Amino acid sequence: MEFKKMDEIQKRILMEVADLHSVPEGAFNIRSDGQLAGRASSANIEIVSKEDGSGIDIHIKDGTKNESVHIPVIMSKSGLHDVVYNDFYVGENCDVIIVAGCGISNCGGMDSEHDGIHRFYVGKNSKVRYVEKHYGEGDGTGKRILNPVTEVYMEEGSTVEMEMVQIKGVDSTDRSTIAKVAANASLVVKERLMTHGEQYAASAYTVDLDGDGSSADIVSRSVARDKSYQKLDLRINGNAACSGHTECDSIIMDEGRILAVPQLEANCTDSALIHEAAIGKIAGDQLIKLMTLGLTEKEAEEQIVNGFLK
Amino acid sequence: MLELKNIRFDVQEGTKEIEIIRDVSFTIPDNKFVVITGPNGGGKSTLARLIAGIEKPSGGTILLDGEDITEKSITDRARMGISYAMQQPVRFKGIQVLDLLRLAVGKRVSVADACQYLSKVGLCAKDYIKREVNASLSGGELKRIEIATVLARGTKLSVFDEPEAGIDLWSFQNLIQVFEQMRDSIKDSSILIISHQERILEIADEIIVVADGKIDRMGPREEILPSLIGTTSAVGTCAPLGGKPVPVPSIPAEAAAKKGGEA
Repeated sequence: MEFKKMDEIQKRILMEVADLHSVPEGAFNIRSDGQLAGRASSANIEIVSKEDGSGIDIHIKDGTKNESVHIPVIMSKSGLHDVVYNDFYVGENCDVIIVAGCGISNCGGMDSEHDGIHRFYVGKNSKVRYVEKHYGEGDGTGKRILNPVTEVYMEEGSTVEMEMVQIKGVDSTDRSTIAKVAANASLVVKERLMTHGEQYAASAYTVDLDGDGSSADIVSRSVARDKSYQKLDLRINGNAACSGHTECDSIIMDEGRILAVPQLEANCTDSALIHEAAIGKIAGDQLIKLMTLGLTEKEAEEQIVNGFLK
Repeated sequence: MLELKNIRFDVQEGTKEIEIIRDVSFTIPDNKFVVITGPNGGGKSTLARLIAGIEKPSGGTILLDGEDITEKSITDRARMGISYAMQQPVRFKGIQVLDLLRLAVGKRVSVADACQYLSKVGLCAKDYIKREVNASLSGGELKRIEIATVLARGTKLSVFDEPEAGIDLWSFQNLIQVFEQMRDSIKDSSILIISHQERILEIADEIIVVADGKIDRMGPREEILPSLIGTTSAVGTCAPLGGKPVPVPSIPAEAAAKKGGEA
């Protein structure tokens, strides 16, 4: 794939994506234009197609450490509507990295849509790092649509770190993430979102902290440019002696609009829940500082946004 | 060489026009270390901002090496050789110290090269180079990084707005050495510092006293400094570390009367 006329932000994303593809070992499943394009299982990680053909099951054996699974999706044809279910069964005492992501290149006139439904069943004391990157490109009038659904079921003492990034080229996205966190389990989410043109992005999280000692830290940083619109809906339910924190930090530019809806529900007197939300334009002093280093206003803006979404 | 000729700066407050800078003219010659001092609210910071292009004067002209830069943008002036260190440096989420230094130099310098600028301002480079320029840095750390970005640019004119503001005595003690070194290696550049600190005034070639938007007096250090000792325009910082008593800053009646409305 050729990425032309890249700005700093795209270059960085490409570099990150390329880094991911350079990882040679471990299990993987590549899906291209709705078809299986390559698959490999490893001794500890088995990838099998669901019997009804709706997706794949990934089984990770107890005690699997320092292994990775890559399941990228590439869509290069216009007019595709791809729905896929990927279920991850992570055993106990594992330490694994799961990399998912979808790139849509749509130069045609018809909409292309990929809806990935990812379910994670994380066993006791396992550690999972999940990285998901979404990217769209193409000059066609057809829209690039991604509606990912992520469900995370965490058993006692498990840790899940999720990094969700959607920086460019996706016209419409409706993300839904739910998590159920058992005792002493910990969920950390870092979301990075940028919309431009007339894009629409909604991202909703519902996290249930069900066990004593459970915790969640959900941090969303987003930038809305041009005439784009974002709705960020972060909800934590404290159902036990737990601690939860959500943060929504957003920059608006041009005529961009953002609705931030932080929600906390404390159903237990021992739950400690905090939310922070801030929306604003780039600070004038930040622009001035970079301009005194010789950058133009536009270059300064790009650097600030690039850093913010890093 | 920087020349300010008959610079005026007015701001509108309601229906009233307030004169912040009234007909100020001075020259910063090459190879000179010049300090602007004077009571708070006298217009010193405004002068620095006018030189950097952040504010445009209401009247008068600014020349850099004979070229009229009055209408030039911040970016143009930066590219022509003016650097500016802010009184209150800005924080950036996600931007690392290394990124900022690379932007300052204008190219992707090696980590080792970038570290040299941090060492010059007394920061242990390896601890800081990958740090984000965010709220995790203290005021003193941020100030040094700000100064490092100006050093990294190495332009012909460097303007520092109150490098001592907002940092503790210990940090400033070390920073003074940085300025002493800059003084010693000035070469073909010139340095303009806005400061109240006696130690900074002591290494100045020339001192300009600005009060109430005007130049109160200016000239070589030997002429001006004696009259400033013991006033708010020349505060001693070093006594606590040197074992001497701390001079209590006394505000002269005329300066106190002018105080307020920091520009």
